[in-house]
Amino acid sequence: MIVLAGIERHFLVGDQTVAALHGIDLSLTEGEYAAVMGPSGSGKSTLLNILGLLDRPDAGTYRLGGLETTGLGEERRAALRRQRIGFIFQSFHLIPRLSAAENVELPLTLAGMAPRERKERVAEVLASMGLSARARHRPDQLSGGQRQRVAIARATVTAPDLILADEPTGNLDRASGEEVIRALEALNARGLTLILVTHDPQIGARARRRIRMDDGAIVEDLCA
Amino acid sequence: MRLRDVLGFAAQALSGHRTRTWLTLLAVGLGSAAVVLLSALGEGARVYVQDQFAQLGTHLLIVLPGRNETTGGPPPLLGATARDLTLDDALAMGRARGVVRLAPLAVGSAPVAAGGLEREVNILGTTADFLAVRHLSMGQGDFLPAGDPSRGRGVAVLGKTLAKELFGNRQAVGEWVRIGQRRFRVIGILASSGQSLGDTLDDLAIIPVASAQALFNSPGLFRVVVETRDRETLRSAEAAVKDIVRARHEGEDDVTVITQDAMLATFDKILRALTLAVAGIAAISLAVAGVLIMNVMLVSVAQRTSEVGLLKALGAAQGQVAALFLAEALLLSAAGTLAGLALAVTVVAGFNAIYSSFQLVIPTWAPLAAAGVSLGAGVVFGLTPALRAARLDPVHALSGR
Repeated sequence: MIVLAGIERHFLVGDQTVAALHGIDLSLTEGEYAAVMGPSGSGKSTLLNILGLLDRPDAGTYRLGGLETTGLGEERRAALRRQRIGFIFQSFHLIPRLSAAENVELPLTLAGMAPRERKERVAEVLASMGLSARARHRPDQLSGGQRQRVAIARATVTAPDLILADEPTGNLDRASGEEVIRALEALNARGLTLILVTHDPQIGARARRRIRMDDGAIVEDLCA
Repeated sequence: MRLRDVLGFAAQALSGHRTRTWLTLLAVGLGSAAVVLLSALGEGARVYVQDQFAQLGTHLLIVLPGRNETTGGPPPLLGATARDLTLDDALAMGRARGVVRLAPLAVGSAPVAAGGLEREVNILGTTADFLAVRHLSMGQGDFLPAGDPSRGRGVAVLGKTLAKELFGNRQAVGEWVRIGQRRFRVIGILASSGQSLGDTLDDLAIIPVASAQALFNSPGLFRVVVETRDRETLRSAEAAVKDIVRARHEGEDDVTVITQDAMLATFDKILRALTLAVAGIAAISLAVAGVLIMNVMLVSVAQRTSEVGLLKALGAAQGQVAALFLAEALLLSAAGTLAGLALAVTVVAGFNAIYSSFQLVIPTWAPLAAAGVSLGAGVVFGLTPALRAARLDPVHALSGR
């Protein structure tokens, strides 16, 4: 499903070029559960941004579902994000003035879906996350775990086939983190490809595939 | 994305920062209210002047003796002195096609005395038709009798103020007054005419034109006021009147004819220009409100950078992001305009209810112009912040940098 070949990504820091990613070759099949681990600055997040089509590599190719993406225009990349990819962030990125349901509805609204259909889908997804009772609450009225579950609902409401989670438990206590990981694993069990960036070795150990990065390169790629 | 959703999202975003939104709405509202109110003031003045002219009759010709010309140069073979405009000239004009009635005017000033009191006032010599030509009405008694205008009868009609000054509360009709060295019997008092273009008819005496000519010892008329059948015949009647005078004055074009229309058109033009000028100045304040919108939107984009990043991660294309922020700017200007127009309409209605003599009139173009300028400013000044949001790099935006 995902094939990365010879990915390079450089950043200009002052007058020095720093390689954030260097010679990344990686392929993942559909329904895989992978954890990307490594110290800060090892290029985990950059890799995730490239996988999520938020960033473009300076060199190399990225095929997503058989489609070569590096040459696509911004509009096509936005459409792919909308249809195929769900993002989950460490800081949730919920819009504070919108209710939980409205936050979950946002991707469907952006896609131009009819309001009635949207409401049905949102209600379904919130129910599956056990958040039906919280639908009208605003993010500041929700606990951290609930917020992240709202974010997971938002990421899955468009029925994507790839979930990218960047430190999803980074701002949560252990119990809430556990809940969130379970929710993500449940999605994976339904066949969604799940890629998880984490610092936490315990969480990383749960993934069937563990990718360890250092200094912009993949140093270890283990399949359980 | 659906238009309703775009507007809904923008409205929610605006309600997120209330104070800023209210202040911007206030600025836009005051600007558009100013455009409408100032143009209503100008238009009101124009309508007021038009009404004043209509009171005089809008299809009048005013014939003055003499002509605007440059004299001097080589000595002419014939004398260049303008002839007087005589009563006979005036009566001849009455035969021109399209002329309904006319009033010759001989004007001068003389002391009017009754009992022991004397007052120096303007004396107007005219005929019975003057009453109809000037749309005047009598307070008491009768106006000058119809009949041969060349016969000077000893009757006078007094203005209201003059009658009060000379007779106080006593009955004036039927009494005698002395004007100059002649005696006149008072046959009527004019109803108060109010001010008509600053010229009051309350403090004068009206006597038959022939009597005035005798009194002032001059055969010349001050002017002749000619009423035509309607506005359409004004031009042809003007030509006919000129032809008659030319024929009677041995081919000399020695009168000047002013149409009421021409005067009205001049006032109209001046007041329209004035209205546009003040509305234009007000429109500048609206444009300034546009700058405020831009400022507010730039702050909004800066504060919501991570939201923009999120929208992009959720699959919003650049155009969508731009549309969302532009919709906010447009909502601000549209809501502000609506509030401003409502304010203006309320103020105009209130003003008109209090002052009956001068009415504010909102010209149709004013609200349209206000809305146009305000929405235009919304687009122009909303575009930069919207494009700035659309061009944000999603990775940087998400990290809040």
